[in-house]
Amino acid sequence: MGWTRKHLLGLEGVGRDEIVAILDAAAKFREILDRPVKKVPTLRGITIVNLFFEPSTRTRMSFELAEKRLSADTLNFSASTSSVKKGETLRDTARNIEAMMVEMVVMRHPSPGAPHFLTHHLDASIINAGDGPHEHPTQALLDLFTMRERIGDLEGKRVTIVGDILHSRVARSNIWGLTALGAEVTLCGPTTFMPVEIEKMGARVSTDIHEATADADVVNVLRIQRERQEGGFLPSLREYTDLFGITAERVADMRPDVVIMHPGPINRGVELAPDVADGDHSVILDQVTNGVAVRMAVIYLLSMVRAVERVEESEILAEVGL
Amino acid sequence: MRKILITGGRVIDPATRTDEHIDVLLADGRVAEWGTGIEIGDEAITLDVDGAVVAPGLVDMHVHLRDPGREDEETIESGTAAAAHGGVTAVAAMPNTEPAIDTPSWVEYVRSKETPVAVYPIAAITVGREGKNLSGMAELARAGAVAFSDDGSPVAGPTVMRRALEYASMVGLPIISHCENLDLTGAGVMNEGLASTLSGLRGIPAAAEEVAVARDIILARTTGAKLHIAHVSTAGSVELVRRAKEDGIAVTCETCPHYFSLTDDDVRSYDTNLRVSPPIRSAADLAAIKVGLADGTIDAIASDHAPHSIEEKQVEFDAAPPGMIGVETLLPITLTNLVQSGTVTLERAIELLSTDPASILDIPHGTLETGSRADVTVFDPDWAWEVTADWFRSKSKNSPFIGRTLQGRVILTISEGKIVFEENSTAGNDSGEAQAEGEHRPEELPVHA
Repeated sequence: MGWTRKHLLGLEGVGRDEIVAILDAAAKFREILDRPVKKVPTLRGITIVNLFFEPSTRTRMSFELAEKRLSADTLNFSASTSSVKKGETLRDTARNIEAMMVEMVVMRHPSPGAPHFLTHHLDASIINAGDGPHEHPTQALLDLFTMRERIGDLEGKRVTIVGDILHSRVARSNIWGLTALGAEVTLCGPTTFMPVEIEKMGARVSTDIHEATADADVVNVLRIQRERQEGGFLPSLREYTDLFGITAERVADMRPDVVIMHPGPINRGVELAPDVADGDHSVILDQVTNGVAVRMAVIYLLSMVRAVERVEESEILAEVGL
Repeated sequence: MRKILITGGRVIDPATRTDEHIDVLLADGRVAEWGTGIEIGDEAITLDVDGAVVAPGLVDMHVHLRDPGREDEETIESGTAAAAHGGVTAVAAMPNTEPAIDTPSWVEYVRSKETPVAVYPIAAITVGREGKNLSGMAELARAGAVAFSDDGSPVAGPTVMRRALEYASMVGLPIISHCENLDLTGAGVMNEGLASTLSGLRGIPAAAEEVAVARDIILARTTGAKLHIAHVSTAGSVELVRRAKEDGIAVTCETCPHYFSLTDDDVRSYDTNLRVSPPIRSAADLAAIKVGLADGTIDAIASDHAPHSIEEKQVEFDAAPPGMIGVETLLPITLTNLVQSGTVTLERAIELLSTDPASILDIPHGTLETGSRADVTVFDPDWAWEVTADWFRSKSKNSPFIGRTLQGRVILTISEGKIVFEENSTAGNDSGEAQAEGEHRPEELPVHA
């Protein structure tokens, strides 16, 4: 199977074979999504909680749809309407939810390491749906899937990630996944958005958008959050757009078959010009569709690991006569 | 009070440049006599420590006893019992309690408890540790404060710090500075470096400490006052202190065991017991700290013992309060990571843990010289053991060293002539009189009454 992990906390340390196993499984689920009946009974009876401590529409919807397509029972928890407002700790929240006998938890949380913390306190499988600026593995996997769909094997391919690398979990997970698959990664953005020693992750750093994108097979454009200007990272959004915005003019200087990606939601006219977002090079909506298939694959593989554990457990119990 | 004769040990007393296999006689709370073949009468007990090291009682110049205010985490009694367990016979208690130690009556409160080891209050630099108005340093000194510090909350204003140094020099006590520029720290929770980049946790640059160290050194030069820099953690700070000392500025500094034992890469586990202020730094910083300890730039090793409840620490990493306990592991970690590794000699380690901090605070500890206070720590430098949560006597268990193996362990602590900790003795039954009755006698310490 190639996949033996109980949790998906990040892509750091996840090997090429494991990533390929997920992407291959995702390809099969992607076919299901094109069928008139887009649902399989695979996870009937399995309960999954979507534990969201941060507002998120698209990631939560994508997970929820993936869970429903697999026939799992799903519960949604969002911090804004919950006991968190009454001061409950993460540990208590999680343990209360687990007491309802759930098999899997999908968590989005603003604190890096929050999903790792959960693994110490819960028996459920944990999927990290974004922990602060740390990792967002399923986003990176759907990016890899979409790239592979467009340009084939990523070995030796050039991928440039543009924008706010410092605050980006998408960037970190992408770097791990891309380097595992043998791609050459370039990071491009203002110096205030470059985390220290990021090049030690195996990526090249550039502050020149033309140079960084000229030979790229893929340009992955990150969202620039408007509050960064107030944080003193940027003099103005206008200057950011001037230096790093992906415009039709800049795309014209790139390879003719360059693929433009964006994890969404887009700040149109800031990091990405509207005509590029909607243009021929853009695969942004494919990313959204593929996201459901990739999340189905991740949930499926993690639940298979749990099923194997359960079988082993029942064999042990049978041996001792229970 | 009975006399105690400690025999069979290797006596190391840096203050008198002693390193000999001799016997030490304690009488009336004082060191009475050294030598071999000391004659004792019936009123003395003999402790044969069989090859262990006999050192002056350790002085931990930086502990948080949480009392008053957070007695659920530590009390003056529990913190000093933990100190005795760690071979520490004098602690200097930081004033960031609730309320802060900023009046003579609170200084007296800290000194008023029946404790197994000596407690020296450090009083606040500013009223309420708010960084605004100077505390009544003269009356605080008169009440028994040994230094001033707003530890935990750096004095942000350079003018306030300048006045504090000037005023403290009149009173004759040092200022202990928690050097941190909070603006540079921002929302950071760990060292800024590759590890923070990979973990996604917000970084605290070394500059946040070094900018403040540089400022306070310059102010110490301006005022001529005695400045002691708390918990030095970066290579840059070590270099700044080294140059200041070369320039003849009256500056001393301490570091803590975690800064020469752990690196920011360890913090990638998101173990909240590794969240500490200043943060655990890089491998290069750790190496520079070791050099500073060996070459005399760093004067003392202190624990920065900071108890926190399990509830406070069992949260997301960036929601956890900074701090780890350490008064009990001060010596074993130093032996394991400095002495065993050959960074410093045993004698230098004892100097860093006892002689020099006593001298910085000008308190009557840190030597076994005849006539001095009978504070003695006996330890087995070769005993390898695994740290467990149960082993600690502190009320709190927030140590990242739980589960690690350390080499070296305290087997006997004597404070002012009384046995306050003896290996294999039961907690809370550590008075010298009870021990002399022959209960809980460990095999390691045969006693011939």
